[in-house]
Amino acid sequence: MSMSAGKETVFNAAFEKSIAGSEQPGWLIEIRRKAFGSFVEAGLPTVRNEEWKYTNVSPISAASWQVLTAEDAGPVSGDFDLTKGIFEEIEGGNRIVFVGGIFREDLSRMPEGVSASQFSEAYDDEKFRSKFSTIVDTELNGFTALNTAFSGEGIFLRAGKDTKVDQAINLVFIGVVGSAGFPRVLYIGETGSEAEIVEHYLRAEESEYLTNAVVEISLADEARLSHTRVQRESHSAYHVVTSQAELGRGSVYDNTNIHLGSKLSRHDLGMGFNAEGGEGWIDGLYLVDDEQHTDTHSRIDHRIPNCVSHQTYKGILDGKSRAVFNGKVFVHEKARGTDAYQSNKNLLLSNDARVDTKPQLEIFNDDVKCAHGATVGQLEEEELFYLLSRGLPEDLARNLLTYGFAEEVIEKIKVPSIKKALDEAVLSRLHSRLDTAE
Amino acid sequence: MLLEIKDLYVAIDGKNILKGLNLSINKGEVHAIMGPNGSGKSTLAKVLAGHPSYEVVKGEILYEGKDLLELDPDERAREGVFMAFQYPVEVPGVSNAQFLRLAYNEKMKHIGEEELDPLEFNDLLKEKAKIVGMEPEFFKRSVNEGFSGGEKKRNEILQMAVLDPKLALLDETDSGLDIDALRVVAEGVNTLKSQENGIVLVTHYQRLLNYIVPDFVHVLAGGKIVKEGGKELAIELEEKGYDWVRAAAQ
Repeated sequence: MSMSAGKETVFNAAFEKSIAGSEQPGWLIEIRRKAFGSFVEAGLPTVRNEEWKYTNVSPISAASWQVLTAEDAGPVSGDFDLTKGIFEEIEGGNRIVFVGGIFREDLSRMPEGVSASQFSEAYDDEKFRSKFSTIVDTELNGFTALNTAFSGEGIFLRAGKDTKVDQAINLVFIGVVGSAGFPRVLYIGETGSEAEIVEHYLRAEESEYLTNAVVEISLADEARLSHTRVQRESHSAYHVVTSQAELGRGSVYDNTNIHLGSKLSRHDLGMGFNAEGGEGWIDGLYLVDDEQHTDTHSRIDHRIPNCVSHQTYKGILDGKSRAVFNGKVFVHEKARGTDAYQSNKNLLLSNDARVDTKPQLEIFNDDVKCAHGATVGQLEEEELFYLLSRGLPEDLARNLLTYGFAEEVIEKIKVPSIKKALDEAVLSRLHSRLDTAE
Repeated sequence: MLLEIKDLYVAIDGKNILKGLNLSINKGEVHAIMGPNGSGKSTLAKVLAGHPSYEVVKGEILYEGKDLLELDPDERAREGVFMAFQYPVEVPGVSNAQFLRLAYNEKMKHIGEEELDPLEFNDLLKEKAKIVGMEPEFFKRSVNEGFSGGEKKRNEILQMAVLDPKLALLDETDSGLDIDALRVVAEGVNTLKSQENGIVLVTHYQRLLNYIVPDFVHVLAGGKIVKEGGKELAIELEEKGYDWVRAAAQ
């Protein structure tokens, strides 16, 4: 038990309050009660847990978070004008907005071409019932348990059979000072469907809060999903998110994860295959500075023959920042014909930054094509000299090389506002000059 | 005088490479620096360009009468020093056109000339690319990324054409080139040769000098120049090898 009695009470009271008088069906209440029980038993992880060795979440355990409910989730605190400040950056005309973990219908503009409903509207939906809380393991850790315990509400997205959703579906998560938010999303892509989801994790103001989200994704045969996550939380905030995708026959999952914000971020992501011919691309870029800490733990399971998983993660670290990458790829005995690739490359821009990287590939079948690797390094002196020798000032030369390092992941991003955010994060000076150069 | 090197001693990692080198170059001249492997040829080019790994222990380098060693590498470039690399570096994510325009405008800003916008620069680039027979499709590609050896060397000469240096140092530009590529590169250099610039060819082999005819040939051995002459000296070296100059140096 790592939680102090006081904290438990905070979550206990909030949990009981959210259960009491709930009109949720018994099966859901049962899942939530069980999850809360497992949270109380396990607590939030500590560094004694091998999976959390380098990421100390004791500040999260020690804080007294407020848990918002639909009733008390009012407008975001402060004078920040949500509609102008944040939403104008969200392209595509639609946005599904969570504030402090609570879905806000009043701020949302629901997407077209896809079924988007609150969980409460989907309790009787057989598809919802069959997938909810079956993709992400509730007991993976205390965070997934806690999220599930508070997951009575959330957003259920379903792309119908053979439909192509034209607009990217925007999910917007906004933190509220002092609160712990537990947003939850379930996406089901039916046979032959095609869609794009963009998750935006944003701050309304620079403040301390916790985002503990769970995103479950189920792709049926021949379904395609592009899934981009952009984390731009407050630099005082904690971001702990778990996402997991299951892939049907011949389905394609293209996932890109950008981490720019938060004081501490942890992303547990997983992918598994339900049938042959599935392809998953899981790429990421983390850009951290000052005392930021970012941690990605991924687990890809090849239990089925002839599936593809490619993972490219790049990190750029400045200041005293720290990054953790742990990538597990398991190729099980029956998974002949697997094509698995994993790489994690890190660029250190300061002597005080630190990376702990552990790509881990375990193969139990000979008939496979697998490769993995990790690097940690600084800008090459020879490369820098090349640019200097062409007359570029040193700061510009360094920026160009840094951009070049990250380009492989950045080029995947198609959404202009996200591209811009990436530029502003580290490459603004460079880009203001390059923008006009086409 | 464009460049004057006096009694230059250079070390890398504490090891002396150049030991008392003297060399003078005027505008309008082509100089070939030849010598066996390890003689210090490339070191000389890199020191002039300002490579940070090399330490000038002693001596003086005057560029247009000013102390070159006072200038950082990027300042030297903007003042008109250019080195074509033996191994050009790849810069992913930045197109050739973007890169060249950045470099070009940095120089223009420095000499108080007008900077060019992308359209204006594109016209300039098209003209310059003809010198080395490069197609405009190269402009959009990332700098040197996925280029063949010959394309990289041509790209170096294109950069030289755009930046219009006063002092061009070509470090083993002939290495790894087949005869056709060598001819293209050499013709490019010949086109760029003028009364306003000095060109230094650093090369192991005489082959390049069939196409770019030097006014002076300097033979480097043991960290200093041991023999000097005209273009016929290169032919003599080709016939006799370097052993006789090495012997003469001792």
